[in-house]
Amino acid sequence: MDNIVEARGLVKKYGEVVALDGLDLSVSRGAIAALLGPNGAGKTTVVSILTTLIEPDEGSASVAGVDVLRRPAEVRKLIGLSGQYAAVDKDLSGYENLDMIGRLYRLGRKRSKVRARELLEQFDLVDAADRPVKTYSGGMRRRLDLAGALVDESPVLFLDEPTTGLDLPSRTELWNLIRDLVSRGTTLLLTTQYLEEADRLADDVLVIDNGRAIAQGTTDELKDMVGGERIEVRVVSPEAVPGVREVLARHAVGDLQDGERPRVVVAPVSGGAPVLSRVLADIEADGIETSEVVLRRPTLDDVFLALTGRAAEPQEEQPPPDKASRKGAA
Amino acid sequence: MNALHAISDGLVIAKRNLIKIRRVPDVLVFVLLSPIMFVLLFAYVFGSAIQIPGGSYREFLMAGIFAQTVVFGATFTGAGLADDMQKGIIDRFRSLPMSRSAVVMGRTASDVVYNVLTLLIMALTGLIVGWRIHSGFLEAALGFGLLLLFAYSISWMMALIGLTVPSVEVLNNASFMVIFPITFIANTFVPSENLPTVLRVFAEWNPISALTQATRELFGNLPPGTPDPATWPLQNPVVYSLIWAVIIIAVFAPLSVRRYKRVAKKR
Repeated sequence: MDNIVEARGLVKKYGEVVALDGLDLSVSRGAIAALLGPNGAGKTTVVSILTTLIEPDEGSASVAGVDVLRRPAEVRKLIGLSGQYAAVDKDLSGYENLDMIGRLYRLGRKRSKVRARELLEQFDLVDAADRPVKTYSGGMRRRLDLAGALVDESPVLFLDEPTTGLDLPSRTELWNLIRDLVSRGTTLLLTTQYLEEADRLADDVLVIDNGRAIAQGTTDELKDMVGGERIEVRVVSPEAVPGVREVLARHAVGDLQDGERPRVVVAPVSGGAPVLSRVLADIEADGIETSEVVLRRPTLDDVFLALTGRAAEPQEEQPPPDKASRKGAA
Repeated sequence: MNALHAISDGLVIAKRNLIKIRRVPDVLVFVLLSPIMFVLLFAYVFGSAIQIPGGSYREFLMAGIFAQTVVFGATFTGAGLADDMQKGIIDRFRSLPMSRSAVVMGRTASDVVYNVLTLLIMALTGLIVGWRIHSGFLEAALGFGLLLLFAYSISWMMALIGLTVPSVEVLNNASFMVIFPITFIANTFVPSENLPTVLRVFAEWNPISALTQATRELFGNLPPGTPDPATWPLQNPVVYSLIWAVIIIAVFAPLSVRRYKRVAKKR
């Protein structure tokens, strides 16, 4: 396999806190890889090391064969980074931001201008191009930030939580843009705490928790790790739970689980729709009142639960710390 | 090759900082309006109360206001960098294949431009309230040049602090606590001869005093009949201020660049 990003045994400590605890990682050329984990799992630390922002205490890493620790300046020529909090200058216009980044990638005066206009077009920011970024919506800022990572058409892109804090329409829009990018052969490593995001975008997912990789595979492989399909039944009254457990136990291929919501029982099954109709028939026969019966493939939530014994629980994020520092600063 | 890259990247950053003077009201107030306020305040409040034998206190005062204001202006460098850190823009810059000294160089350079504007506004305000330069063009230019160079050196000091403190607020408060006494325990606003001994010695060796004294001499603003200063720094104020400026730059420029290479936003 032709790996364009490689990391071995990364360790990073901040005082007592162990951010990374011997993490291995590889991303093959042209792939979209996702680092999936809850807040504080170490995702941003990995990206910071691979993009030369910080150095690990132990371990090694390379991007496109270039050693990140020994030749960081070379690595910076090969990468584009878009951070967790939109790192664009709010007082500059969208055009000025991209033009500046182009100049700093040393594209030259003329090419920087052209490239900035191209990206504004591609990211649907033409109308806002000459307005200061502080007048942009959250989604527009993210798009601009993402555009900033693409200025040099770098072969490897790092997107650190590209959609955190966005509403669903903006998130979907950004997903489409990202997918479009990678269909053109760019390699992409993104971090996310949204299971759905990894599922929608990534070919390969590395689940990390407390600075360690706890699982790796395609989303399908990860789902298979926790079994095939499941049937989820929600009953109307709590007294009906034992009855429904009994029914489901007859058809399940593994242990039953309690759902996260009350009065929900989840059963791993195999065989698809025919099993579902048998379960429905039994429920009917026993006279159990249900409010919901679902046959579904496991979500990455199930994966995380199975791997760590707890839910991933992406907390709803606070908005970026924008208002912190207006005074006296330029 | 590398130096050329550093300069061209530095210019890109400086240009970005200068765009803000038109966009950010805070910057405009800080750079253009506060100097006017300082000149008027000192000239009319203190200027009406204090008499200087044989001279005009208002003329005596101007050099002190110039010195204090440009030194305060240097905190802008620190505030700008602290702000860039807080907002994650430094992370973006550090991931780009640009020169590692450009961000700090561009910042300190654009702050020289800010200080030029500040000095211009202050000088014009000064002229309106009756301050005059009594020396030649060359000496006056040297006076302004010295003020700018000294402020430039303080900018490098502030750059290091700006890249070290956790927020702009901390920087502003901390630098206020230091710059205020340093610019007051000096000959900026009152002749230092009458200060209590400890303060007088501090004031005599304080580079801000030398800077003020040098500017006063170069503008011809020392009242006639002022006794010659007793200490070496004030007898050779131009040389003494230059020495300080050079030492500060030599120490803090490498330290700030080194700091820039290592900073990473707290995670």
